[in-house]
Amino acid sequence: MNLWNAIVIGFKEIWAHKFRSVLTMLGIILGVSSLVAMSAMVKGIEIGAKEALVAIGGLQKIRIEAQKVPIYQRYLTDQAVGVTLNDVYALQSSAPLAALVSPEMRLYGATVSANGKTYRPWVCTGVWPVAIEMYEHVVEHGRMFNEIDDEMARSVCVIGTEVRDEIFGSPQQVGHEIIPLGETININGQSLTIIGMFQHYENEQDRKQRELALQQAEPNKTGPARSRGWGTTSQNWAFKLKNASVLIPLNTIWIKFRAGGTAGPGGWGATVAAADPRLSVLEVKVAEVEHLNAALQQIRNVLMSTHKGIEDFYFRTQEEWAENIDTFVRNARMSGSIIAGISLLVGGIGIMNIMLASISGRIREIGIRKAVGAGTGAVFIQILVESVVIAVVGGLAGLAGSYALVRSMSSFSPTGNDPVITVTAMAIAFGFSVCIGILAGLIPAFKAARLDPIVALRYE
Amino acid sequence: MSLVELRNVSKIYHLGGEEIRALDNVSLDIESGEFISIIGPSGSGKSTLMHILGCLDSPTSGTIKLDGTMIQGASPRELARIRNRKIGFVFQFFNLLPKLNVLQNVELPMVYSGVSARERHERAVAALKMVDLENRSKHRPSQLSGGQQQRVAIARALVNSPKIIFADEPTGNLDTNTGEAILQLFCKLSREGSTVILVTHDPEIAAVTPRRIEIRDGKIAEKVDARLAGLDRVARTF
Ligand SMILES: Nc1ncnc2c1ncn2[C@@H]1O[C@H](COP(=O)(O)OP(=O)(O)OP(=O)(O)O)[C@@H](O)[C@H]1O
Ligand SMILES: [Mg+2]
Repeated sequence: MNLWNAIVIGFKEIWAHKFRSVLTMLGIILGVSSLVAMSAMVKGIEIGAKEALVAIGGLQKIRIEAQKVPIYQRYLTDQAVGVTLNDVYALQSSAPLAALVSPEMRLYGATVSANGKTYRPWVCTGVWPVAIEMYEHVVEHGRMFNEIDDEMARSVCVIGTEVRDEIFGSPQQVGHEIIPLGETININGQSLTIIGMFQHYENEQDRKQRELALQQAEPNKTGPARSRGWGTTSQNWAFKLKNASVLIPLNTIWIKFRAGGTAGPGGWGATVAAADPRLSVLEVKVAEVEHLNAALQQIRNVLMSTHKGIEDFYFRTQEEWAENIDTFVRNARMSGSIIAGISLLVGGIGIMNIMLASISGRIREIGIRKAVGAGTGAVFIQILVESVVIAVVGGLAGLAGSYALVRSMSSFSPTGNDPVITVTAMAIAFGFSVCIGILAGLIPAFKAARLDPIVALRYE
Repeated sequence: MSLVELRNVSKIYHLGGEEIRALDNVSLDIESGEFISIIGPSGSGKSTLMHILGCLDSPTSGTIKLDGTMIQGASPRELARIRNRKIGFVFQFFNLLPKLNVLQNVELPMVYSGVSARERHERAVAALKMVDLENRSKHRPSQLSGGQQQRVAIARALVNSPKIIFADEPTGNLDTNTGEAILQLFCKLSREGSTVILVTHDPEIAAVTPRRIEIRDGKIAEKVDARLAGLDRVARTF
């Protein structure tokens, strides 16, 4: 008796009891489909979160911010210079692990006005051209200001699409895309020429939806026109933020606006009367995430020397966020797996139960098979294979079911992160169901194989 | 050397405190090509003897040699192999698998001896031809009459060309005419050279066979001399 025969017999046995077999498989089907669907959902959330993480510069980014001088150095407060361009130069020359160094001076409470409208961008920042790499910006129209613009403190700026939307009108409102290159906008009383505009940043999900909305007619939104709020996706703020920014050459900010300074002592939005050479933020990017710790140490060493040992700065990385994503994903997976695992286990018990019932209904058959020469092994394999066949068919049905489940889930909540079915999840769920089938078949197969042929033949 | 050598075989069942000697110190030789009936009243131990001869059951004590191999102490696996290759069974209640069709039932022993699907089919068809049932191969056992079912069972017993065929009351569940036909089939098999052992409690059926072994209370009561039986058989053939 070879395996093929056993498999054929297994399928016939299933076919002979279709309804019973489907009921038996139900546990496995539900277990596999919930396992795959759960992992697809978590994967979707994970991808969304990682997308946002990358949008703000990823794990390689270290932000250096000013902080109050620590208590034990309080007496040195008046010597604390804060984070300045000096630090930038020092890092560029002495901290090779810091691949990119991008100084920033923020204009707090900036108001953009032009075209008869005013708008408060999320950030209005003076930066070096290197900021474009730092923030993974893509200039779709025009150009980024360069070192010369910065050196000459030219009155130029590069804007995000939301600034354009608010001042000049969004493509949705106007019907065509306005590219406001060469237009002059007024920021806090200073005139700046727009020389570039970033691409519209959005996550995969929003992009798909927007494209879908383009194809379909805009549903009639009733009532007075209003802002419908910030979307429902939890991560798209990272993209919103990038869209709502205005970048200005650092020197322009410094010379024209006399801005910069920290949010620290002055507080957020404090109007700065006097010129302040301090940077709001200093962003550093490391070439390799693996070198993050070494880079932090190196940067700290350099800064400690430029700051004469006064620790009026601190580091901020995205590790916490990345870890949060990982922890969330792990927890969600774990709890989902436990539930799906229990369901699979119940399915396995169902199979074992049915197999036990099935062999006690087939004792005579087993006796006959033994009488014509079926050995212990052949009977064992036959029962085991039957159980595995049920589990495998159930597992395959479960995979199909998971596809349907995921489809219906994403149609129920189209704004959430699209669930992503992974091959790994499918393989694990399927493998698990096969294992369950084997385990569930062991005891019945053992019982059947051990039957005494005479006793089995006499069985009524 | 005899095909089967049974020496001092006993089979003892214990029920409650009681000891039942289903077989009591039986010794027996069966030569290749013999046509034998085992006869005796109900409960005398005929089936028990046949099961032990057919390697379905093992004796409590004593030795069995079948085709030169000692059987007692063989593993279940070896016993299954011997049953598969050297022994064919025909039972009183046919014992066909209801879910398989006639052809598949006949193929069953070959499934366990690793015969290829094509050869299985050919041999099963040939065996069915022998019992005149080749036109019913796609039917289920339940769609056949009792006699036809028994013929399928005989085809199944034959299909692996066994050394010896055991039939336990093969006509017990059939009417007289059908039973007669089945009996003729066994006679035909015997004439073609098979070793056939018929278990029965009917003296008329036993009268057909050259050699009769009578069992009473687990003991062999009397038997026709083997050499005489041989002569008898020769006489019958012509
Ligand atoms: N499994 C068993 N447990 C206990 N006693 C048994 C068992 N099998 C058979 N016996 C006893 O052994 C004796 C012989 O039984 P066996 O089946 O060989 O009789 P038999 O000659 O075939 O009878 P019948 O003509 O009715 O078929 C009987 O007394 C029976 O009760
Ligand atoms: Mg009997």
